[in-house]
Amino acid sequence: MELINQHTKNIMEGCKERARKAGLSFQDETLEYIVTNRDLLELSPKVMIPTLYDYWVHDVDVLKEKGKYELYPHNPYETVINTRPPISFYNDNNPDWLNVMIFYHVLAHIDFFQNNLYFRHTWDYDFNGQALSDKRTIAKLRAEKGRWVDYVIEFARGIDNLVGYHSELSRLHRPPATNRSKRLDFYFDVFLQSVKKVSVTEYVKEIERYNDSIKNFGKQGEKTFFADAERKYPELEALFTRSLGEKANHRRDLMQFMMDHSEFLKKDANTWMKSVMEVVRKTSIFFQPQIRTKIMNEGWASYWHDRLFMQDDRIRGHEVDYARINAGVTAMPRVGLNPYALGMRLFSHIEETADKGRYTFDFLRLSDAEAREEFDTVTGEGQKYIFSVRENLCDFTFIKTFVEQDFINEHKLFVAGKRLNQGRMVWEYYVKSRKADVYRRMVLDSLYHPPFIEVDPKKTAGNTLYLVHHFEGKPLVKEYIANTMMGIEYLWGGPVQLETSVVEAELPAQESAAMVEETEPRIKWCRVLYTMKERQLSQQQIET
Amino acid sequence: MNPKLIELFNKIKEKGLTPEREERLLAELHFEGAHGIPGKPAGGGIVPSIYEQNDLSVLQEMPAPHAAYTTCLHSLDELLERDLRREEDGFPRKIRVGRLIKPGRGGKDKVVVVPTTVEEKFIHDNVIAPSEEGGASGGTGEGEEGEIIGEQPVRPTEEPGAGGAGQGEGESHEMESSAYELGRILTEKFQLPNLKEKGKKRSFTRYTYDLTDRNRGFGQVLDKKATLRKILETNINLGNIPDVGDVDTTRFLVSPRDRIYRILSREKDYESQAMVFFLRDYSGSMMGKVTELVATQHVMIYSWLLYQYARQVESRFILHDTEAKEVPDFYTYYNSKVAGGTQVSSAYRLVNEIVAKENLARDYNVYVFHGTDGDDWDSGGEEAIPELKKMLTYTSRVGVTIAEHGYSHNTEVENYLKGSGLLNEKPDLLRLDVMGEDSDEPRLIEGIKKLIS
Repeated sequence: MELINQHTKNIMEGCKERARKAGLSFQDETLEYIVTNRDLLELSPKVMIPTLYDYWVHDVDVLKEKGKYELYPHNPYETVINTRPPISFYNDNNPDWLNVMIFYHVLAHIDFFQNNLYFRHTWDYDFNGQALSDKRTIAKLRAEKGRWVDYVIEFARGIDNLVGYHSELSRLHRPPATNRSKRLDFYFDVFLQSVKKVSVTEYVKEIERYNDSIKNFGKQGEKTFFADAERKYPELEALFTRSLGEKANHRRDLMQFMMDHSEFLKKDANTWMKSVMEVVRKTSIFFQPQIRTKIMNEGWASYWHDRLFMQDDRIRGHEVDYARINAGVTAMPRVGLNPYALGMRLFSHIEETADKGRYTFDFLRLSDAEAREEFDTVTGEGQKYIFSVRENLCDFTFIKTFVEQDFINEHKLFVAGKRLNQGRMVWEYYVKSRKADVYRRMVLDSLYHPPFIEVDPKKTAGNTLYLVHHFEGKPLVKEYIANTMMGIEYLWGGPVQLETSVVEAELPAQESAAMVEETEPRIKWCRVLYTMKERQLSQQQIET
Repeated sequence: MNPKLIELFNKIKEKGLTPEREERLLAELHFEGAHGIPGKPAGGGIVPSIYEQNDLSVLQEMPAPHAAYTTCLHSLDELLERDLRREEDGFPRKIRVGRLIKPGRGGKDKVVVVPTTVEEKFIHDNVIAPSEEGGASGGTGEGEEGEIIGEQPVRPTEEPGAGGAGQGEGESHEMESSAYELGRILTEKFQLPNLKEKGKKRSFTRYTYDLTDRNRGFGQVLDKKATLRKILETNINLGNIPDVGDVDTTRFLVSPRDRIYRILSREKDYESQAMVFFLRDYSGSMMGKVTELVATQHVMIYSWLLYQYARQVESRFILHDTEAKEVPDFYTYYNSKVAGGTQVSSAYRLVNEIVAKENLARDYNVYVFHGTDGDDWDSGGEEAIPELKKMLTYTSRVGVTIAEHGYSHNTEVENYLKGSGLLNEKPDLLRLDVMGEDSDEPRLIEGIKKLIS
């Protein structure tokens, strides 16, 4: 791996200048490397982070067909990585004009990494440096403990998709502390809602009563208010005092829970395992936002490379070359999803819609088609709007909020179905639906979404760990359950139970009168409890 | 349609057929297709998902790096050792070897082996959708709802394609060298029992090393007797020994070149003595998964033989439908497409003919491996069994693999093999392995063990 030459670096600096003028924001220093195929071979298992810890599975071709991207919270081959400074990788024979395009693309990615709030937890340190120190820790442990380090890595990686990424984020996004009294917060937020479970009208009545007290008694208002409240609920004060003593109830992910509570890991001889687990957990949390913003990130980068490239005076004469490459990147496929194309079009659509002032109540309440068509308040707020979208949303919210019928119609999008024609033994692709709802559902369904599995502290009795899979319509991949649970059992040092849902019976599809579309067979689910004890898996049905 | 085939069909029909069987025979009879090597598989067709596209490939057109299988082999020993130790530590094995990858780009099908593994996690299973309906995807462009916009063959490799000829030579060579690597792995990983362990009279081990070669001037061990003789010879030539009856050794001139040494040499123990016949049913009924299974299993056996016996084993390849023919190389054998009816006896007969004509039985241990889906128009085995009996008089082992279709059990071949009692009479010479069409690689390996143990 070597740095790009001065000539190319110069082009990059020119790109930075122009990108900044257009409104993108990113740090000054960046590193650009030329990579060969050989470099890529080493980098790609390490998710392009050159300093990531070594692990033997990286030397083996990993079978990915089964779980595909579901197994990993990251995209294996990125051109740019979210480090400080950001590092990007290039082919050594790209012509200058192509580099201009790629540089803009890369800069927009960096802008995204450094401004999208889902990356908030990666802002305060350089992952590359962190990874290097982790790598050394693991290498040192490996020298002492040998292959057992790899077992711990393996078992920890087995649950690294269940890390509490969102709770990690929410810790960083606490609203600023208010100067309201804690008692008041407790009364309205906890006591009335969770303890008393009062009805909405009663709740509103209490608010009114509070406002009246403030109005009538000024500074003494709150005291008066609570004097009345205590008459009604004598237990209030005691509960409030107790609540002050309780620590904020953090949600613990499985890995964190085991590190805190596993008797096995608490043994002196085993505490080293916690540092390995911590490395795996941190690494996973670092990558989490990457896969959750794929469409936005690529869309944002494509939107900007397209925009900035065409304005760049240095590339005159290469418009046609560019158009050819760009079409390959951002064309909508006849069948299939292209995150570049979809994201870019959606950003453009949002900008245009916001420019016309259509994300407003005035527009939304219009029902007249013609009036909707002509609605344009010329706000000129489009740019500002997409910048805030890039800051605050992730793929899920992005698609959920902005894929609307106008967008579907404008780009002639549809949901493509695939069915077997048994007579001719071919797969037929057909236009399944052009409805925005269906399209949105289809995209959302294809997004990365790890199963929601939690520790149930109440049922975790004795040394048995009890996990609950909150069922969301998809079962777990069955053949992976045994080994994953075996890993958890090892780290936990006792039996592990997992409550999940499996197919009980497939009911024959009911021929619906309206359309042939509804041929999906209904599936009857049942809850089962898997138990992993002494490396033996057993399964029993749970009565519901 | 082949008139001979129809004639045969009518003959069978006269003898009486169950309606169900007739239907199957007819299906084969009417099977549209011809044998031949498939061309390029239909490119593309795979619907890209959101996460499969990335900057390096999309923007910079960098191909995804793929480790050459030789690189993988480098660390293979280490990996296998690790895997073995996992077992000792009480964890299940994780490495799988012998996976066949056939990258189809540009029609260059290759048999490549890489060690593979999978990182197991709790993940959602997305494939609970009913099988007739694949996953939905995005799309763009014209078309009414419900309109079919394109289609893709279910089995692209079975589509007749043009341009199969003319590229055979190079391909088959590549096939052979990678098959050799596969054999190396199979031998190490699965510890398949040696053929010679079956109590064969003649050994055909690879090489022995012995200090048998002589070399003047330098070497490992000085051969004193030979050296002395050489010195004598030199001195006689120099006229240094006037009287042979009274030799004065003190007057000898000793040249450095006179010293004779023994050096290590590689000795071949025996000439190659095994002849392996691969028989594959490529009739119309072999469509699909069963052919893949049979062919894959034969790849494995072939690869393993290539490795274990350092290419000292000769192989012959025979394909059969109602008629059998010999094909020149494994590539053709492996890749020929299915069509036509089925008569197992034809293949057996051809083997017998070849063996008799070339007098192979005298010089070779003959092995026959036969792969079929178990369907045979000759349902009672009236022709096949006599041929098989004849074959068993000279072969060292006949291994029959039946890959059953999902719908068929107790196939004709299985029935008449069992009915003939040959399996019990000569368990040493004849082995049968029946597997379902959804068998995986470990099952195939088990099958090989069963056939050759």
